[in-house]
Amino acid sequence: MKKILIILLLAGLGFYIATTYTGIGFGEPHFKHGVKDTYLKQTVQSLHVANTVTAIVVNFRGFDTLGEVTVLFLAVTALGSILYKKRHEVGVRSVLFSSSSIVTAGSKLLFPAIILLGAYVFIHGHLTPGGGFQGGVIIATGFLLMLLAYRNYSVSHIILSIVESIAGITFAGIGLLGLIYGETFLQNFLPVGVLNNVFSGGIIPIIYIAVGFKVAAELTGVIYTILHEKGESNG
Amino acid sequence: MDNALFDLLDYAVYGTAILVMLIGIYGALAKKSLLKIVIGLSVSDSGLNMLIVAIGYLKGGTAPIFSPGYLDGTNKLMVDPVPQALVLTAIVIGFGVTAVALALVIRLYRHHGTLNIDEIKNLKW
Repeated sequence: MKKILIILLLAGLGFYIATTYTGIGFGEPHFKHGVKDTYLKQTVQSLHVANTVTAIVVNFRGFDTLGEVTVLFLAVTALGSILYKKRHEVGVRSVLFSSSSIVTAGSKLLFPAIILLGAYVFIHGHLTPGGGFQGGVIIATGFLLMLLAYRNYSVSHIILSIVESIAGITFAGIGLLGLIYGETFLQNFLPVGVLNNVFSGGIIPIIYIAVGFKVAAELTGVIYTILHEKGESNG
Repeated sequence: MDNALFDLLDYAVYGTAILVMLIGIYGALAKKSLLKIVIGLSVSDSGLNMLIVAIGYLKGGTAPIFSPGYLDGTNKLMVDPVPQALVLTAIVIGFGVTAVALALVIRLYRHHGTLNIDEIKNLKW
C-alpha cells in the first residue's frame, strides 16, 4: 500500500517535471539576455583564463566558493564530532581484510601516479576541464587505495589539519589582499598573463591549488575517520 | 524521420535525468535499510545535477573552454557555463550531506545494532 502511494506520488511529480521540461526544449538558447555572454567575453578579454567554468567558480562567484569550502569543512567537522571517540579507542580498523601481494605492490606503484594526476588536474584547472575540487578528490582516492591495500597504513590527523588550515588561510588571505590592493574581496590583483599559459589568470591558479589541497585533506580525513570506525558488534 | 528520432533523443536526456531523480526519491522513501536511504538521496542528487547541466546545453555548442583549437576553429558556439559552475557547487554540497548522513547512520547502528528503520523506534513515518 505504501509503495503504491509512493509510486503514484512520484508519477505525479515526474509528469509535472516532464511537462515543464518539454515546454523548455532541449539545446535551444533559452537565456538570450542571460549572464552567459558577459561571462564568456570577460573570461577571455579581461581575465585571460581558458576555462570559463573555473573563472565563474573562482573569480565571478569566488565568495560563493569560499562559502562552499566552508560548508565542506563544516561537514567534515560534523562527521568527526558525530563519530567522536576517546583517544585510546582509536587505532583499530573495523574494515579488516588481508590483501594479496599483487594488490599491495600494485597500489604502491599506482599511488604516486594518482597523486601526480590529481596535482595536474588542480594546477591546470584554469586551462583544462577540472580544478581544485576534482583534483582533491583524485588525491583522496589515492589515499583510499593505500588505506584499503595496507592494513596498518595510517594518516596523521595533525598533518591533515595543518594542510587544511594553511590552504583555508591562503584562500581567505588572497581574498583580503584583493581587498587591500584592489577594490573588492577576492578581486584579481596579479598580472593576468597570456591566455592558455600555466602562469595566467592572476589569482585563479593559486586559489584552486589551495582548494585542491584543502579538499584532498578533508576527504582523506573523512575516509580515514569512517574506516577507523569501530562497531560494537563486529569490532 | 531522422528529425523525429533526434527530437526523441533530445528529450531522452531530460527523461533520463528525471528518471534517475525519481528512482533516487523512491529509494529514499520506500526502502527499509538506512544505507539504502542514503544511497537513494545520493542518486536523486545525481539526477538533479544531470537535469541542471542539460538545461545549459546548446545544440552544436562546445565545452566553455577557450583552448587553442577552439580559437582557430570556425564553430564559435558554446554551451552555458553558469549551470555547470552551479552544479560543481551542488556536487560538493551533496558530498557533505552524504558524509554527515553516513556518520549518523554509523551512530544509529552503534546505538541500536540494526540498520532496519522498522526495528528502530521513533523513526517510522
